[in-house]
Amino acid sequence: MTPPALAIQNLSKTYDGTIAVNNISFSIELGEIFGLLGPNGAGKSTTINMIAGVSRIGSGSIKIFGFDNQSDSRTTRRLVGVMHQEIVIDNFFTIDQALRFHAGYYGVRDDAAWRQRLIDRLGLKPHLHKVMIKLSGGMKRRFMIAKALIHKPRLLILDEPTAGVDVELRHTLWEFVREINQQGTTILLTTHYLEEAEQMCDRIAIMNHGDVIALESTSTLLKELGTRSMLVHLQAPIKELPDNLCCQAVELDDSGTTLRLTLSASQSTGELLKHLCDINLPIADIETRKAGLEEIFLQMTKAGKAKP
Amino acid sequence: MNQHQEPQFIAWLPFFTLLQKEIRRFLRVASQTLVTPVITASLYLFIFGATLGERISVLEGFSYAQFVIPGLILMGVINNSFSNVASSLFMSRYLGNIVDLLVTPVTPTQFIMAYTLAAMLRGLAVGLVVWLISCLFATLPWAHPLAAIAMACLASFLFAQFGIIAAIHADNFDSLSMYTNFIILPLIYLGGVFYPISILPPLWARLSHLNPLFYLIDGFRYALLGVGDLPFQVSFGVASVMALILFCWAASLIARSYRLRN
Repeated sequence: MTPPALAIQNLSKTYDGTIAVNNISFSIELGEIFGLLGPNGAGKSTTINMIAGVSRIGSGSIKIFGFDNQSDSRTTRRLVGVMHQEIVIDNFFTIDQALRFHAGYYGVRDDAAWRQRLIDRLGLKPHLHKVMIKLSGGMKRRFMIAKALIHKPRLLILDEPTAGVDVELRHTLWEFVREINQQGTTILLTTHYLEEAEQMCDRIAIMNHGDVIALESTSTLLKELGTRSMLVHLQAPIKELPDNLCCQAVELDDSGTTLRLTLSASQSTGELLKHLCDINLPIADIETRKAGLEEIFLQMTKAGKAKP
Repeated sequence: MNQHQEPQFIAWLPFFTLLQKEIRRFLRVASQTLVTPVITASLYLFIFGATLGERISVLEGFSYAQFVIPGLILMGVINNSFSNVASSLFMSRYLGNIVDLLVTPVTPTQFIMAYTLAAMLRGLAVGLVVWLISCLFATLPWAHPLAAIAMACLASFLFAQFGIIAAIHADNFDSLSMYTNFIILPLIYLGGVFYPISILPPLWARLSHLNPLFYLIDGFRYALLGVGDLPFQVSFGVASVMALILFCWAASLIARSYRLRN
């Protein structure tokens, strides 16, 4: 049986008495794009740092393609490429020099064709012989992606790769990530842009206060936990909220002419409409909207809701 | 990117790459790392070789310039071996780019060897240039050339280890410079670069024997001039033990990734 790309078992980490990661377990299958989401301080970067070997494991285990990242760290590090959240560069060298060095650190001979492909795809060519200190923030991020991929890792970890970058780079990056994923690279990514996670990830884990509070396929997460909202515009203002609306939440705007109704995933829109007609609400127009990952994320992290 | 294209792993390539990077790092700023120390040593040579030296005599049969040159060469070797590894490793820690190495399969042995060899190369290169410039002021007999090379290599190795230790323990640039200003410089100046320990009053002479730099400088001078306060075997033996202790200390820090990994 082929081992998963990443298997995390009962992983914990404490900093100065504060639990950063609290006994989490999950695995990432070969060829998956897996999203690890959570608010700042949720424990995502700590988890990633333990996987990559930047931080020591508190307790638990991490296996990468079946190899233990403590006892067989030399093998696991060769299999992983990491793009860190912070900009990590060596100002002494040019992009071209640094990429060659990085291949060497991983024990891999410089593959000129692969290096050139990374340079071309990430738009690094015009800046290839500039020292890092002269590059713009976006260009440094592009370089960091190339650096993470230079040794052809089987698991690519992207820790908030699009934080603070322009739209063009985001498109370039996601297009390229999809391309390398289709060629067999497993991807673990964190992002604060939940729309991106919704579009990119096969499965998503949501972390909060060091715990994994949700772990589902993206479609299941949206289906099971997704809410819908309905805006009901009225012909004449009302003073009080109608009774027995059977919604998760009801709000009336200040003018008294618009009702915002929040429906659960399982609630029937037809039944609600029928009920609104039965109570003789003077309906002028109706708008419906499906909640995205962003709303789900906010619901879960605010409520601290635990889900197995 | 799939398994069929997975590149072949070459076990020692990480070491050679890190060594190459460290060498290119100091060559890239050669005006600071090579030229400046050579100019400093040349000024000492000018002062003690061409001006004051003619009025001073501390060792029978040798001019003062001949006496002071071995110490000045070794001072260049020691200072530059130390500062090469100390500044490079500390900057990597300080700027955070040390994680670029921590996530790679570079082993602790390769890490220490690469940083040490690069530091030794810079230290020995400065020492070589200082010696070449010193030929303008005085000629050395090179009494025991192999012993001189061994002692210079040992001194550069020892201070490369000390540089690793300082870079890991330093919290900021001030504390790093304290290693140079409050430890290395006093030890060099009190270790017999400019005078033989034998001319000191007995108490100071005995205290000087506690200075580890004394053994390095005296041994190197013995190898070049054929005259020293101690037999070469004693100087070399004491220096080797010190190098071994510092190497074990540095190796222990790197193997545990002390202050490198969280």
